Amino acid sequence: MRRFLNKLSRLLGRKRFQSELDEEMAFHRAQAEKEFLAEGKTAEEARYAAMRQFGNAMRLREESQRVVEFRLETVAQDVRFALRQMRKNPGFAVTAVLILALGMGVSVAIFGFVDAALVRPLPFARPDRLVAVDERGAMYPRSNLSRADYEDWKRLNHSFESLEVYSGTGFLLRMGAGTEPVTGARVSDGFFTTLGIKPVLGRLFLPGEDQPHGAKIVMLSYGTWQTRFGARRDVIGQSVTLNGESYTIVGVLPQEAAYSPRGSREMWVPLLDKTDCESRRSCHNLDGIARLRDGVTVQAALGDMTAIAARLEQLYPGSNKGQGASVLPLAEVVVGTVRPILLTLLAGAGLLLLIACLNVASLLLVRSESRRREVAVRGALGATPARLTRQFATEGLLLAAAGTGAGLAVGAEIMVVLKKLEPSHKNEQMPFLEGAGLHGHSVWFAAGIALLAALLLAATPALRLSFLQIQTGLAEGSRGSAGQLWRRMGANLVVVELAVAVVLLTGAGLLGKSLYKLLHVDLGFDSSHLATVSVMAPENVYTKDAQKVALYREINRRLATLPGVESVGITSDLPVQCNCDTDWIRIVGKPFHGEHNEVNERDVSPGYLTALGAKLVRGRWFNESDDASHPQVIVINESLAKKYFSGEDPIGRKVGNGDLEAKSMREIVGVVKDIREAGLDNDQWPAEYESIYYQPGNEFSVAVHTTQDEKASLPLIVNTLKAIDPNLGFHDVRTMQEQVDSTQAAILHRFSTWLVGGFAAMALVLGVVGLYGVIAYSVSQRTREIGVRMALGAQRSSVYSLVMKQAGWLTALGVGVGLVCSVGTSMLMRKLLFGVEAWDVPTLAAVAVVLGMAALMASFVPARRAASVNPTEALRAE
Amino acid sequence: MAKKPDLLPGTLDMLILKTLTRAPLHGYGIALSIKRLSDDVLTVEEGSLYPALQRLLLQGWVAAEWKMTETNRRARFYTLTAEGRKQLGIELSQFDQMIAAIGRVLSDAQEA
Repeated sequence: MRRFLNKLSRLLGRKRFQSELDEEMAFHRAQAEKEFLAEGKTAEEARYAAMRQFGNAMRLREESQRVVEFRLETVAQDVRFALRQMRKNPGFAVTAVLILALGMGVSVAIFGFVDAALVRPLPFARPDRLVAVDERGAMYPRSNLSRADYEDWKRLNHSFESLEVYSGTGFLLRMGAGTEPVTGARVSDGFFTTLGIKPVLGRLFLPGEDQPHGAKIVMLSYGTWQTRFGARRDVIGQSVTLNGESYTIVGVLPQEAAYSPRGSREMWVPLLDKTDCESRRSCHNLDGIARLRDGVTVQAALGDMTAIAARLEQLYPGSNKGQGASVLPLAEVVVGTVRPILLTLLAGAGLLLLIACLNVASLLLVRSESRRREVAVRGALGATPARLTRQFATEGLLLAAAGTGAGLAVGAEIMVVLKKLEPSHKNEQMPFLEGAGLHGHSVWFAAGIALLAALLLAATPALRLSFLQIQTGLAEGSRGSAGQLWRRMGANLVVVELAVAVVLLTGAGLLGKSLYKLLHVDLGFDSSHLATVSVMAPENVYTKDAQKVALYREINRRLATLPGVESVGITSDLPVQCNCDTDWIRIVGKPFHGEHNEVNERDVSPGYLTALGAKLVRGRWFNESDDASHPQVIVINESLAKKYFSGEDPIGRKVGNGDLEAKSMREIVGVVKDIREAGLDNDQWPAEYESIYYQPGNEFSVAVHTTQDEKASLPLIVNTLKAIDPNLGFHDVRTMQEQVDSTQAAILHRFSTWLVGGFAAMALVLGVVGLYGVIAYSVSQRTREIGVRMALGAQRSSVYSLVMKQAGWLTALGVGVGLVCSVGTSMLMRKLLFGVEAWDVPTLAAVAVVLGMAALMASFVPARRAASVNPTEALRAE
Repeated sequence: MAKKPDLLPGTLDMLILKTLTRAPLHGYGIALSIKRLSDDVLTVEEGSLYPALQRLLLQGWVAAEWKMTETNRRARFYTLTAEGRKQLGIELSQFDQMIAAIGRVLSDAQEA
């Protein structure tokens, strides 16, 4: 410490130090001179003798100075020198910084998303204590709760501070003259308190306010308050008309409420009256969230709930047979689907960064090679190896710093672009991605990778330098030998770069193939020329079944007359949504022990299946007379036929509910080829299609098959529906193809395919450029050797093969190593793959061919240059 | 001119510190003193004397002060500090051990 302070004081008093030293030495010389005089020398002789004895004053001063010199000073010198070097060769500096910025930027941006989604997905108090609580069915690992079960679970459990439920819904909101459909959710009274949300205005729901016959109150989402209510503070106490009924606004939710399950909903109301479904224990429509009691683990809570579920199973064997419990961390449920994708993207970005750093490192190597003479001269003039190493390290650090700075800017920009890329409705499922940005975590992350990059960039030329012999550097014409070492190191770097490029290309190839397979899943219907509209009919107007059926028929009739329309269908659920809205069936004449035979249930109009272009395998379609006045009939899909009527003819067979109640009995009249009701990457389930005339609903979707452009006919369809009844609400107005393309599976796969594809393309370019650099440099180093060979009679073709062989070896090695690695990495991401194996041979082969071709092209240019060497010039040049 | 033996490496600091135990001296005085006391055997080259003095100053083993000489010229006088005295002790004992060790090796070699 004292030493440091001493040095510091000396640094500050440099001038004084210098003059004191000068005076001291002058005194010394004078004394020596005096002595020589006393010995009898002449004045002249004495002075020269003293000076001779003293030696070179300048060197002496430098020696003394070096003892006290301060590192900081030379650091500043190094930085100045490095900057000068960069200015002298701006092309190199700009290239290096750009490559680094690209690698850094991509990594930082992806990390921003990873941070937002995986590190802090839920902006609530103690989010790790929040769990998602659901039932577990035979075919669902996580199925909805029934209201009766929920009430029992809430009463009996010992694991939760609170257990609350929510259920998505929709409302027709009357605004002025018109009505508009809005999204909504019904929640139990403690939903927001469990999450730890505080209202920005008004109050939350109070205990007991969710009971049947309670007051009709509503909380607004922050966004709705802003856009529909002009952010007025006097909305509290005002009323809004939802589904024709008046609700009093009691509060406004904060923005972070968007992070709760179903967070994008506009209107939040208490559960209140039991719906038709909620009055039956066998009907599941709720999702649970809970806050664990202190000291209770997720595992313990699961045990508790499973025990309760088992008791309920004994009490209510009909409805609860086989119904278990599921307790998962809430964050897991919210971000579970994107985790593998984000981790894959992060890995991809990391690999790209690695390539970028290696590329810049090899650029630095080439440069240090071309600066051999400079280094040798400086060494000969007295620069110590340590000092030279420090100089090169400083240049590396400076590059890393500039690259990081630019990288942060690039990263912020990439994040903005990526956020725009994701379609807005995806936010409903992934609100946390909105939180991505340059926050504390990302900055630390950037600092971390900057440090690693700096180490690599500083170490590479330093390592290179330590092998350097000053003498060989100075000696004339010694170009071959020192290049040897560079060739080895540079070549190793290129092999790594190529291998990483192979890994990224393979990943992109596999993801691309998955996406292709996903989008070409057999839908079982024709998704082209289909326009779809989801409709909400006000419950206070369309109360009786007959009214709803009349509405369906009117819609059918009016739309069918539109130009180009070939057929019109109405359904409870459009295809490519989910394995949901299921029914438990029992087949007459088959052994039955109360098991839940879960099948998708869809209520459809007679024209629906034909409008979709579904294929009838056996039997008949529905017709207009399949209504409540006739015995109920159903059409089943092939999966159902295969699962429950293996080897039998299902036509004419009867199914009913678990108790085979008379009113539940229905006869199978047709078998349809499987229509994909679930998401593209989900399993195909058995499905039954019932006539919508038996159980008409207020919420339904219309599918219109038209010979005209389906996108262009959407407005006309909506206007026609409005003409039928202006009080109808419409949402999800889009073509079937749009719907298929915007399913979550398709979006996530497309997102990751494009990103990894982008990474792979950049990696390919960087890797191939790296190879080109190595080969071109090696050719320039061997110009003389090639000249000699040609003078001795080598053919141009053999010079070609000389160069191409070297490139071929490097490429083969890189591709080989890369292919082995990529099988490993693909295994890690096989969760993301759909319909393609991790070791998909065509993909691997294609990657090898693409990289091989690119590498050949890159090395062809230098090979050509080598072959066109003029032997006489090459020899004379020395 | 006969070549004078070089100083043993590492001993210059010790010699300077020892010289300063008697009285504060300026650089020239230190060189002169070492030369005289060693009967002209040891010559301290100025080229190594001043860097060495800077080193000792930095370690805090000597202190420097500008004073007037008898001939009324300004000169920088170096004084031994308490720490320097301690350091001298350490170096002397190390040197003694070294000499003793060398002596043992040499005498053994002669007897053999």
